[in-house]
Amino acid sequence: MIADIAGIAGKIADEQGLILSFAFVGALTWLSALVSRRLTGGRINASAIAIVAALALAWWGGLLSGGKKGLADIPAFAGLALLGGAMLRDFAIVATAFEVDVLEARKAGLLGAVALTLGTIVPFSLGVAIAWSYGYRDPVSLTTLGAGAVTYIVGPVTGAALGASSPVVALSIAIGVLKAVLVMVLTPMVARFIGLDNPRSAMAFGGLMGTVSGVAGGLAATDQRLVPYGALTATFHTGIGCLFCPSVFFLIVSAIA
Amino acid sequence: MAVYGTSLLALCTLVGVALGEVLGQLLHVKANVGGVGIAMLLLVICKVRLQRQGKLTPGLRLGVEFWAAMYIPIVVAMASQQNVLAAMRGGPMVLLTGAVVVAICFGLVGVLGRVANRA
Repeated sequence: MIADIAGIAGKIADEQGLILSFAFVGALTWLSALVSRRLTGGRINASAIAIVAALALAWWGGLLSGGKKGLADIPAFAGLALLGGAMLRDFAIVATAFEVDVLEARKAGLLGAVALTLGTIVPFSLGVAIAWSYGYRDPVSLTTLGAGAVTYIVGPVTGAALGASSPVVALSIAIGVLKAVLVMVLTPMVARFIGLDNPRSAMAFGGLMGTVSGVAGGLAATDQRLVPYGALTATFHTGIGCLFCPSVFFLIVSAIA
Repeated sequence: MAVYGTSLLALCTLVGVALGEVLGQLLHVKANVGGVGIAMLLLVICKVRLQRQGKLTPGLRLGVEFWAAMYIPIVVAMASQQNVLAAMRGGPMVLLTGAVVVAICFGLVGVLGRVANRA
C-alpha cells in the first residue's frame, strides 16, 4: 500500500502549525548564520540576515496569497502567525527584562520621556507636512496620515476615531508598516553612526523610533543585550500616540489647516 | 521548577497588560498604554525580591530565560508575517514619509544619546 503523502503533508500543515513554524524559523536562522559566516565573514549579524530574509519571504508570501499577513497566509506557514503574533512577541519582550540593569534603566528615565515626546511629535509633524505637500488639505486626512507615521496602530486608531476615509486609513497603515520594516532593516547598518551601543541610547532609540515591531527587530539584529532597554520605552509609544493624535494633535492641525 | 519561572513571567505579563488596558480606559484611548513596559518593571521587581530571599533557583531562571532566548526567533517569525507588499506598493507618498521619518529619527537618536552621555 502506498501512503497518501499529500494527504499526510496537508494534515501536518493543518494540525502542527506552531511546531512547523519552530522548525522553519530554526532552519532560516541556521541558513542565515551560514550566510553571515561564509559570505560576510561575520560582519553582518546572523539575526539581521534572518530578519531581512523573513521580510523578503513576507513579500513573496503576500504576492503568492494576496493576503495581508505575508508568509503566514500560506497554509503551510500559518503557524508563523501565532509564533510571531503580538501575544508571544510581548511575552518574549517581557522575558528580556530579566536581564535589565535597574540602575541603568533608572538613570535613563528622563531621557526616555524626552525621546517618547520627540518620537511622537516629530514623525507626526513630518507625516502631516508630507501629506500636505501631496495635496491633502482636510484636517481629518492630514491627522490620520501623520498618525500613521507614528506607528501602524496609531494611524488606523486615529482614523477610526476621526472618521477618515478608508483609502486614507490604508495609506496611514502602509506608512506605519514601511516605518517598521525600514527600522528593522536599517538599524544594524546605522547603529555605529548613531552611537547605539549602550542601554541609554537604546532607551532613546526605543522612544524615538517607537514602533514596537521595528524596535524589537532592529535591536535584535544589532545587539540582543540592548533589547529590553529599547522595548521598555517603545511599549509606551503606541499608547501615547493613540492618546495625542486624535485629540490634541487633531485640534492643532484643524487650527492650522 | 522551570514552570514557576514561566508562570511568573505569565503573571507579570497578564497584570501588566491588564494595567495597560486600565490606563487606556482612564485616558479614553483605544489602545493599551504601556502594558508591556509595566510588565517588564513588575518582572524586574519580582526578580530582585526573589534574589534577596534566595529563592531565585536555576530552574526558575530557566523558565524565564528560555523565553528571552526565544525572542529573536519570535521576531523572525514576526518579520515573516508583515504586510511588506502593501508597504512597498503604497506609492511615493508612503515611501517618502517612511524614509524621511526613519532618517530623521535615527539622527535624533544620535543627538539624544550624545547629550545624555555628556550630562
